Amino acid sequence: MFNVANACATGATALRTAIMAIRAGECDTGLAVGVEKLSGAGLLAGGSRKEDAANWTPSGRYGAIAAIDGRVGTETMPGVFAQIGMEYGHRYGGTSFELFARISEKNHAHSTLNPLAAYSKRFTLEEIMGDLMIAYPNTRPMCSANCDGAAAAVVVSGAKLKTLSLEQQRRAVKVSASVLTSDPWEEGCQVLPNVNTLTRNAASQAYELAGVGPEDLDLVELHDCFATAELVHYDNLGLCPEGGAVDFFQSGATWRDGSTPVNVSGGLESKGHPIAATGIANIWEVATHLRGEAGDRQIEGATVGLAHVIGLGSACGVHILERSAA
Amino acid sequence: MGDGTVPLVDYLVLGDTPHLEVAECVACGAHYFDRRNACAACSGTEFTTVALPAEGELKTFTIVAFAAPGVPVPFVAGVVDLGGTSVRANVINVEPDADHVTLGMKVRLATYSMGTDEAGTEAVGFGFEPLS
Repeated sequence: MFNVANACATGATALRTAIMAIRAGECDTGLAVGVEKLSGAGLLAGGSRKEDAANWTPSGRYGAIAAIDGRVGTETMPGVFAQIGMEYGHRYGGTSFELFARISEKNHAHSTLNPLAAYSKRFTLEEIMGDLMIAYPNTRPMCSANCDGAAAAVVVSGAKLKTLSLEQQRRAVKVSASVLTSDPWEEGCQVLPNVNTLTRNAASQAYELAGVGPEDLDLVELHDCFATAELVHYDNLGLCPEGGAVDFFQSGATWRDGSTPVNVSGGLESKGHPIAATGIANIWEVATHLRGEAGDRQIEGATVGLAHVIGLGSACGVHILERSAA
Repeated sequence: MGDGTVPLVDYLVLGDTPHLEVAECVACGAHYFDRRNACAACSGTEFTTVALPAEGELKTFTIVAFAAPGVPVPFVAGVVDLGGTSVRANVINVEPDADHVTLGMKVRLATYSMGTDEAGTEAVGFGFEPLS
């Protein structure tokens, strides 16, 4: 039994821990469980600002004489990830409030087919843009939903699988790559979290291990903790040419009838983001399509899928799954 | 603190020409706003203090409308590129909306009074304001 905590990459870390134990020959069956009670947890960062002290006294690593959240930028997640999306826009152009809202429109549209989503309501673009602003350009429906949740995955060795029933062998899904990366130091990475480099590193390692490329993916569940985050991960996961995420999205590629369906579950914006469960729930989503058991939202004939999560601090988990040959 | 003022953070240098300063790794040139025992980029252990330019470019921002209790909203939070060094800061002295704050806008350091404590010491905060 291992208990792991790795921010939003916790579930992926638990699964990878079980996979590594099997690979190491320590066991032939593993169970990875992610569970979170998150309802009502609020912003998760920033805390409440205390009254300023009676005397200004420097403290902490920056020698701050008062709380810095709200005075030296923002520590809240909607604001941090808003800046991550806007930074991409500054580098490559083409982003706008409406563009980010359209990504959210897609995921909420997808959620209508997912009975397990926390919110399965379709929103119009106008409703999304007109909703409560949290941190521009992210309005409330463009943020991941706070909800409770749990997910689990059973992993077995190839030898163990051969001892199971034919039905179990038929439903088994192959883990073609299980990768977890940390971010190397780069200029600015301690000023605004860099979720890009470690995702690029994880994706390229995963494609190499699995022997597949982004063009082979039938579906992708990526970490849309905010609509602004989804855009940058199209690029980071190599789903589009570098700098091409805006054009890629606008081509319709990431809708469920597009060339690379992304977040057909509704994503974290609709399905919810119970933090530790997220990195296994997306594995379950991909596996369910590969088994042909996804019901109304089934991506027909899906044979290869990718699941991605980011935990700030930072860690990135990427798993590539393939349909069993059995 | 001798002149009765104290900066919001150690890396804000007050005086006639307020500016920000960083610890620069002597070996590789990486910049840090806090004290380091060793460089996160190259493991070097020697640092020197370097002043950053007061003017730069806004490379990303958000307008926070919903924050923790006690934090006044809305405010503009962003990252400013000061000659190749990224700095986290608020954008101040500007209307907090997307018509007035734009990606790539030129900004300069500005300071403001945060008030005076019981000992009569004035705290000084900083942000970046539009250059024009």
